[in-house]
Amino acid sequence: MSGVPILEVVDLHAAYGRIEVLRGVDLVVPKGAVMALLGPNGAGKSTLVKVISGQKKPTSGDIHLGGVHVKASGPEELARLGLCTIPEGRSVFPNLTVEENLLLMSYAGVPAEAVLETAFAYFPRLKERRKQFAGTMSGGEQQMVAMSRALASDPALLLLDELSMGLAPLIVDELYETVGRITETGVSILCIEQFARTALKISDYAAVMSGGRVVATGEPGEILETMSDVILGGAA
Amino acid sequence: MSSFLAFTIFGLVSGAAYAIAASGLVLTYSTTRVFNIAHGALGMLLSFVFWDFSVRQGMPTLLALALVLFVVAPGIGWFLQRFVARDLGDAPVSVSLVVTVAILVATLGLAQQVWPPEARSVQPFFAGTSFEMFGFFITAHQVLTIALSLVVAVGLYVLLNRTRIGTAMRASVDNPELLKLFGGQPERVAALSWAIGTSLAALAGVLLVSTIGLDYYALLLLVINAFAAAILGRLKNLPLTFVGAMALGLITSYASGYLPTEGLLNSVRNVVPALFLFAVIIAMPQAQLRIGQVKGIVSAPLPSPFKALGWSGALLLGVMLLASGMSEANLLLVGTAATYAIVMLSMVLLTGYGGHVSLAQITFVGVGALAYVKLDQPNLVGVLLAGLVAAGVGALVALPVIRLTGLYLALATLAFAVIMDKMIFQADFAFGFNGSLNAERLSILTFQVESTSAYVWVMALFFVVMGLGLLVVRAGPLGRMLVALRDSPAACGTLGLDQRWFRVGLFAVSAGMAGVAGALYAGLRGTVGAAEFQFFGSFTLLLLAVVFGVTSVTGAALGGIGLMMLPVLQADYPQIAGLFFVVIAVGAILLARDPNGLANQLFRLGHLLDRRFGNRIRERIPVLPVPGGSLGGMREHARAEQDANAHAEATLDTVGLGGASHQAGPEGTEGRKETAGVQ
Amino acid sequence: MSSSPVPSGGGHRADVRGGPLLEVDHVVVQFGGVTAVNEACFTADPGTVTGLIGPNGAGKTTCFNVISGLQKPTRGKVRFQGKDVTSMPVHRRSKRGMGRTFQRLEAFGSLSVRDNVRVAADIHRGALAGLLPGGGHGKNIDALLERVGIAAYAQERADSIPTGTARLLELARCLAGDPKLLLLDEPSSGLDETETDAFGELLRDLAAEGRAILMVEHDMDLVMAVCDTIHVLDFGSIIASGDPAEIRRDPAVQKAYLGYSDEDGDADGHTRTDLPVVTDDTLVIPAVREGAEA
Repeated sequence: MSGVPILEVVDLHAAYGRIEVLRGVDLVVPKGAVMALLGPNGAGKSTLVKVISGQKKPTSGDIHLGGVHVKASGPEELARLGLCTIPEGRSVFPNLTVEENLLLMSYAGVPAEAVLETAFAYFPRLKERRKQFAGTMSGGEQQMVAMSRALASDPALLLLDELSMGLAPLIVDELYETVGRITETGVSILCIEQFARTALKISDYAAVMSGGRVVATGEPGEILETMSDVILGGAA
Repeated sequence: MSSFLAFTIFGLVSGAAYAIAASGLVLTYSTTRVFNIAHGALGMLLSFVFWDFSVRQGMPTLLALALVLFVVAPGIGWFLQRFVARDLGDAPVSVSLVVTVAILVATLGLAQQVWPPEARSVQPFFAGTSFEMFGFFITAHQVLTIALSLVVAVGLYVLLNRTRIGTAMRASVDNPELLKLFGGQPERVAALSWAIGTSLAALAGVLLVSTIGLDYYALLLLVINAFAAAILGRLKNLPLTFVGAMALGLITSYASGYLPTEGLLNSVRNVVPALFLFAVIIAMPQAQLRIGQVKGIVSAPLPSPFKALGWSGALLLGVMLLASGMSEANLLLVGTAATYAIVMLSMVLLTGYGGHVSLAQITFVGVGALAYVKLDQPNLVGVLLAGLVAAGVGALVALPVIRLTGLYLALATLAFAVIMDKMIFQADFAFGFNGSLNAERLSILTFQVESTSAYVWVMALFFVVMGLGLLVVRAGPLGRMLVALRDSPAACGTLGLDQRWFRVGLFAVSAGMAGVAGALYAGLRGTVGAAEFQFFGSFTLLLLAVVFGVTSVTGAALGGIGLMMLPVLQADYPQIAGLFFVVIAVGAILLARDPNGLANQLFRLGHLLDRRFGNRIRERIPVLPVPGGSLGGMREHARAEQDANAHAEATLDTVGLGGASHQAGPEGTEGRKETAGVQ
Repeated sequence: MSSSPVPSGGGHRADVRGGPLLEVDHVVVQFGGVTAVNEACFTADPGTVTGLIGPNGAGKTTCFNVISGLQKPTRGKVRFQGKDVTSMPVHRRSKRGMGRTFQRLEAFGSLSVRDNVRVAADIHRGALAGLLPGGGHGKNIDALLERVGIAAYAQERADSIPTGTARLLELARCLAGDPKLLLLDEPSSGLDETETDAFGELLRDLAAEGRAILMVEHDMDLVMAVCDTIHVLDFGSIIASGDPAEIRRDPAVQKAYLGYSDEDGDADGHTRTDLPVVTDDTLVIPAVREGAEA
C-alpha cells in the first residue's frame, strides 16, 4: 500500500430528493489492488458507483481519483481520465453491432484497431459475431463485450457493478476468470457484487456497505463470515 | 394512362421532399427524444432566408443554398438544442410539446417581423429545363428533388453506419448514460443531430417553396406530413419513413388528380396528410403502462371556498362597473377575453390538472359556435347542447389515440384541427367557404340578453360558474383522481381505475367547456366564420395559458385577457407585430418547466405582501371580504374554518407550496434492474 | 412471531371454493432473447403469507408485473379465484380483489398522504362515484393510516416522506380497496428494526383476516419470521420451495445468494480453474443455464 491510493472517497453523502442514500461513505482503494464491495440490497452500493463514476452529483464529501480531486467532473471527463465503469445490467448498446460497440470504446484514447485486436484475442467468440447486434446476444456474451472495454483501455481504475446480475453461474465464473486476468496486469478494481464468494475470490480487500455507510473493511476471509449474517439472517 | 403517370411522378416528387423533411424529424426525435413540432416552421423560416439571399440580395443560387443548408440552418439547430431544447428529453411530454410549440410560434413571429407580408416568389432550380420521359415532361427541379432525397438517404445511411460520430448517435438513442461512461458526449451528438435535422427541414422547404409559394402558414403544416411519414417507422426507422413519405406523396397526388372538384370530397385533398396520420395512428399498438416514474408537481394553491367566492363576486362586480361605461368595440373585446378565459379553463382541466396537451382547443370552440348557430336555440339549452356536441367530438378524437402516449394524442389533435380547419368548417353545411353565419344572443329563462354590456356580464358569469365548478371538482374525488392519474398511471391501474375511459371523459369535458365558450362567442359577435377558428389559434392559446399559469383559474382569467390583447397590440403596433409572438414564445419557453406560470408568481407576491403588510391592513379593516387585500391571511382563515367544518379539500395542495418537485425513492437505482425490462 | 395461519373467515369474503386464490402456472417471460421468468409455478392461499425471494435480477418483480397485469407473459397462465385472468386488463384484476405495491415507489407525489389513500378509496367505489360528494369514509381512511402506522404523516406531500413511509403508504392505499390478494414488492426496505417488527405483525394480522399475501422481500429475518411458505427464484426459475426452516437448510438457496456454497472448496485466491463447475445436485439450475444462454 505505497504511494497515493487510486481511489479515495471521503465522507461522501448523496440523496434522492430529500432522502439521503449515502450517509458518509469512506473508502480507500490502494493502487493495483482489487477491492470487493459487498452489502445487502438497498445499502447504497449502486448509488456509490453512480457518484464515483460522475453519473450522480454528491451532496457533500470528496472523491480523489489517483490523487486528483474529481468531485465535479462529468462521466465523460472521468472516462477520458482513465476511469472505466461497467454499470449494472446491460452495459452494451443493444442496437449496435459488436464491432460498433467496440469502436465506441476508442473514446478512451486507444485506437479502434487496438480495441478490436485485444477484444478478439481475449474472446474469439466475439470475432465470429462481430456483425451481430449486441442486443441479440446472450447476457454472458454481452458482458464479454463490456469486459473488452476494460481489457483494451488499460484503465486507471475499473468499476464493476454487479457483473453477475441475471447470469448463470457458469457464465459468471467465466467472466470472473477474465477479471482475474485483468488483475494480473496490475489494474486497480472496485468490484460491486452480490455473489459474495465469487467476488471475494479475486479480491485483496473487501468492504461491506449497509445503510449508506461502509460498516466493515478487511481481508476477504474475515468479511465472508460477516456477509453470511448480513444476507441470510443470523440464524442460518 | 399518361395522366396517371404524371400524377405518379408528381407524387414521387412531393414524397421525396416529405422524405427529406421526415428523416430530419426522425433524426432529432430519436437521438434527443424531443419531438420538434416546429420542424415545418423552421423549413418555412429557412425558405425565407433562402429567398432573402438569392432574390433580395441577389447571391448566386448555389451560394445561397449552400449558406442556408450548411451555415444558417445548422446554426439554428445547434442553438435550439443547446439553449432551448436541452434536457427536454427527460421532461414530461407536455413540457417538450409546449417548448416546441413556442419555437414554432417564435419562428413564425420572426419570419413575419423580418419579412413583412408582400408578394415574393422563388423560382424552381434550373427553371425552364425539363426532360421528356415516356412522352411526358419532367422538370429538372423535379429530378433534382428526387435525386436529393436519394442523396439524403444514402448520406444518412453512411453517416449512421460508417462513421464514429454516427455510431455514437445511434448509441445515444440506445443509452445516453452509457455513452458518457464510454467517454462519448451525448450533448455534442444531440447538437449535431439538431443541426442536421434543421438542415434537412430547410432543404425540404427550399425544394417545396417554388411549388407551394412563400407562405407563412403552408409550410408549418409540413410537420404533419413529416410526422405522418415518420410514424410509419415508429419515429425511429429511416427506411420505413422513406416508404411512408413516398406513399403519402402518391396518395396526395392521386387525391388531387382524381377526387371530384366539387363538394366535400374536393376539400379532402387539402387534408390527406392529416387523414393519413389518423389512419396510421389508429393502427398503432397499445402503449404499455410505464412504471418507475414518481414525480410530484407543485401546483398553484387551491383557494378556500370563501376566497374563491369573494374574488368571483369582485370579478362580476368589476365587469358590471366596467361594462356600463364602455364603447361597443371595447365591450366586444372584453367579451372576447371572457371567451378565451373560458377556453383557458378547459385547458386548466386538461393540461393543468390532467397533464395532457391538446392542440385543437380553438377548433372545439369553433365546433361549439357552429353547433350553437345550427341548433338555433338561443337559450341556455342551446349553449348546453353546443357544449355537448363539442364534448362528443372531443371524445371521438380522443378515442382512437387515448391508448397511446401524450405525444400521439397531441399530434392527433393537431391533425384533427387541420382537418376541421381546411375541410369541415369551410364546407357548405358549416360556415361555408369564406362565409359566415348569423347567431342570436341567448335568452335566460325568457329574459332576452340584448345589450352587449349585459351579454358580456353574462359571459363573465359563465366564466365564474365554470371556474368555481372546476375548483369544486379539483378539490373533490374526481380532482384527486386526475392528479393521481397524472402522477402514476400504473398505480391507478392497479387500484382499479380504467384510465382509458377516464381520459376520454376528461378530454370530452375539456372540449365541451371550449364548446360552451364557442357558443357564447357566437352570440357575442352575432356573426361567426371559419376564419376565427383556425388551427394556429390553438398554439398561441396554449402558450399564453402556460405563460399565465395553466394550473389555476386566476391564470385562465389573466390568460384570456392576454390572448385578447395580442391581436389588439399587433394592430396598434403593426411594425412589431411579429415580435409579440416571439416575446410570448420566449416567455413560454422560460416558464414551460413551471406550469403554474405568472399567476403563481402573483400568489407568491400576495403571500409576501401579506406577510409584510397583512396584519396592519387587517387591523384597520376588520370586516373580511375585501378582494385584493391579503391572500395568505384568508387562507389561514380558511384553515381555521376548515378545521372546524371539515372542508378538508380546500387547502391540501397548499402544503409544499414554493418547494420544487422532486423524485422520491432512494431505492430507485438499486431496484431499477428488474423493472427495466417491463418498460 | 404469531402462531399458525388463521383460516379465512370473520366476515371477509374469502374464496372457499377450494384451490388457491392465486395460481401462477408455468409462466414464461422473455425480453428479447433473455428469459426473465422461466416456467414459474406457485400459488398464494387465503390466510397465508407467501414469500418470493431471490437475488437481484432473478425475476421477482417481473412475476409481480405478470400477476398484476402490467406485463403480458410470453407463455403460461395466471389464475385468480379459479378464473384465468392472463389477458385481463390491470384495472379489472384490481376490481376482482388484487392489490399491489411497487418496488420503485409509485405514490401520487403531488397529493398528501391522506389524499393518496382517499383517492384509492374513491377509485374503489368506482370512477362515477367520484361525482358524488365523498362523505362518510374519512374516518376509515384515518383508521387505515393509523393501522399501517403513518398517521403522523397524513398531511405531508407523498413525495416528501421517507421511503419506508412511502412503502407503508402504498400498502395503505391498497388496503383502501379491501383486496383479497396483496402483492407487496420489497415492502420493508427503508424501515428501521422497530418499524420492521411492527410491520411483520401487521402482515400476520392482514393474513389472519383471510387475505392472501405474496411478498418479495430481501430482509431475511422478516421473511423467515412471517412467511408460511417461501419460494426461491433464481434466473427466473423456482429453485426451492418450502417453509422457512426448509429454505434455510437448502444448499441451492445458499448458492443462489452467496455464489458458491462451502463445499466448493476453500478460497484459494485467484486461480479460478480450481473452482468446480456447478454440479447438478441442485434441481433446476442446468435447465436454467440453457434458458439464460438461449
